Amino acid sequence: MYQEVILDHYKNPHGRGLRDGDAEVHHVNPTCGDEITLRVKYDGTKIEDVSYEGQGCSISQASASVLNELLVGKDLADAQKIQETFLELMQSKGRIEPDDAMEEVLEDAVAFAGVSKYPARVKCALLSWMAWKDATAQALGGADAERKTA
Amino acid sequence: MTLLPGLLDTEAIRKDFPILDRQVHDGQKLVYLDNAATSQKPRQVLDALNEYYERYNANVHRGVHVLAEEATALYEGARDKVASFINAPSRDEVIFTKNASESLNLVANMLGWADEPYRVDHETEIVITEMEHHSNIVPWQLLSQRTGAKLKWFGLTDDGRLDLSNIDEIITEKTKIVSFVLVSNILGTVNPVEAIVRRAQEVGALVCIDASQAAPHMPLDVQSLQADFVAFTGHKMCGPTGIGVLWGRQELLEDLPPFLGGGEMIETVSMHSSTYAPAPHKFEAGTPPIAQAVGLGAAIDYLQSIGMDKILAHEHALTEYAVKKLGEVPDLRIIGPTTAEDRGAAISFTLGDIHPHDVGQVLDEQGIAVRVGHHCARPVCLRYGIPATTRASFYLYSTPAEIDALVDGLEHVRNFFG
Repeated sequence: MYQEVILDHYKNPHGRGLRDGDAEVHHVNPTCGDEITLRVKYDGTKIEDVSYEGQGCSISQASASVLNELLVGKDLADAQKIQETFLELMQSKGRIEPDDAMEEVLEDAVAFAGVSKYPARVKCALLSWMAWKDATAQALGGADAERKTA
Repeated sequence: MTLLPGLLDTEAIRKDFPILDRQVHDGQKLVYLDNAATSQKPRQVLDALNEYYERYNANVHRGVHVLAEEATALYEGARDKVASFINAPSRDEVIFTKNASESLNLVANMLGWADEPYRVDHETEIVITEMEHHSNIVPWQLLSQRTGAKLKWFGLTDDGRLDLSNIDEIITEKTKIVSFVLVSNILGTVNPVEAIVRRAQEVGALVCIDASQAAPHMPLDVQSLQADFVAFTGHKMCGPTGIGVLWGRQELLEDLPPFLGGGEMIETVSMHSSTYAPAPHKFEAGTPPIAQAVGLGAAIDYLQSIGMDKILAHEHALTEYAVKKLGEVPDLRIIGPTTAEDRGAAISFTLGDIHPHDVGQVLDEQGIAVRVGHHCARPVCLRYGIPATTRASFYLYSTPAEIDALVDGLEHVRNFFG
């Protein structure tokens, strides 16, 4: 479960710290008390930044770091595909062995395949990804609303 | 092998617990240190459950056939065993519930619906403590919200004990009920019952004691506690899940109204109104957990065959050893008393900045089962400024070697995340 990649991200997180954003969300995992505050910044449909601050177990913290590394600079559509693929992997209960195609999409995030075997820890791995999805909906929903009123 | 004074013959005892022979994760020997969550069950209890279903199963207190009478005798026999185990003045003071949570909810609801002088209302106060399990917080919050009664609590000292310095301001003439834990499930603290009971009696408040972490581990005498209610659960004391106990003083049980209505708890029923059976049946609506009560009776026989005072001495020796050994682990901070004095065998700790879920997971990979999280006592974590703890908890079959395994396991955790 604790792949070297996960421990590396845990010890040396990418993009940690809160920076300017279009929307901010705070998500918690009540079963273990993991918390994350996450901001997204969009430049049109391109993700300019995902910044975050949080506390929790190595899985939740490493997952946020991987998310930052994977999603920043991507188009929204590509990012959504990555998020959906990661969700599919994490909900697989260990039954998906990531193939080359999946590895190409998920990069470092394939290291979490082993976590999907531990139901208690899947939520830890998904915490930042769910927060990102929520923040994105708020940021883009807000932008849509603004356009409508403009 | 470490030999400590007061230890039980765990080699013999462990033979009674088949599960302790299990291996996990491809050949790791199981080291079960999650006894405060639930204990393992000896063969004697498993056999009693099996035998009940194989030979005696029937519904109780009804029917005139042989099985119904035998099942009733076994169920009521379990009540006798519980009464004797806690030195209750009368067997009719022992109410079977499904767990300690239900027992505590039952007390809160009896008082919420009671007439004077017991009634809890907006002019009265409820007192609990900051170290309660959620099951002794939430029922009182609900009662407070529904009646307007004010909920007050004792805070905690830095070393994990109740802060009773302001006891006269917390427990006042307005206090109707003081409900507190005898042994904390997260801190391990054994609380000073006498001081609290004395003050409660001064102001005429009732006292309810959550003995969930006491009943399995030490002699429990409801008369010497001088409480009005005592709640505990079966599954932490070698019994099955689904059976709990509420002991209450007889005159209170006679006066207080029932909570759940249904079969078993009535005397006569018409379409307009009903009269109720005497306690304890008044509080046992519906088919009770019969096999589970029989299993609890077998668990009590088992514990008494070893001796509660001997179990207490065994766990005290283990706790003394464990706080010393854990104290030597770098970056380890015990949350709760750091000595074995007035302390039970549940030890919570943090390990540097390593999250308890990571600690628990890496220990699990080595076959060591501990509990991680807030242990249903989140206010305690808030009080000590920590998100969660790792908790190791011992029982009559635990050994010094298992504590050594835990300490070695923690060293591995530190290296892993260091």
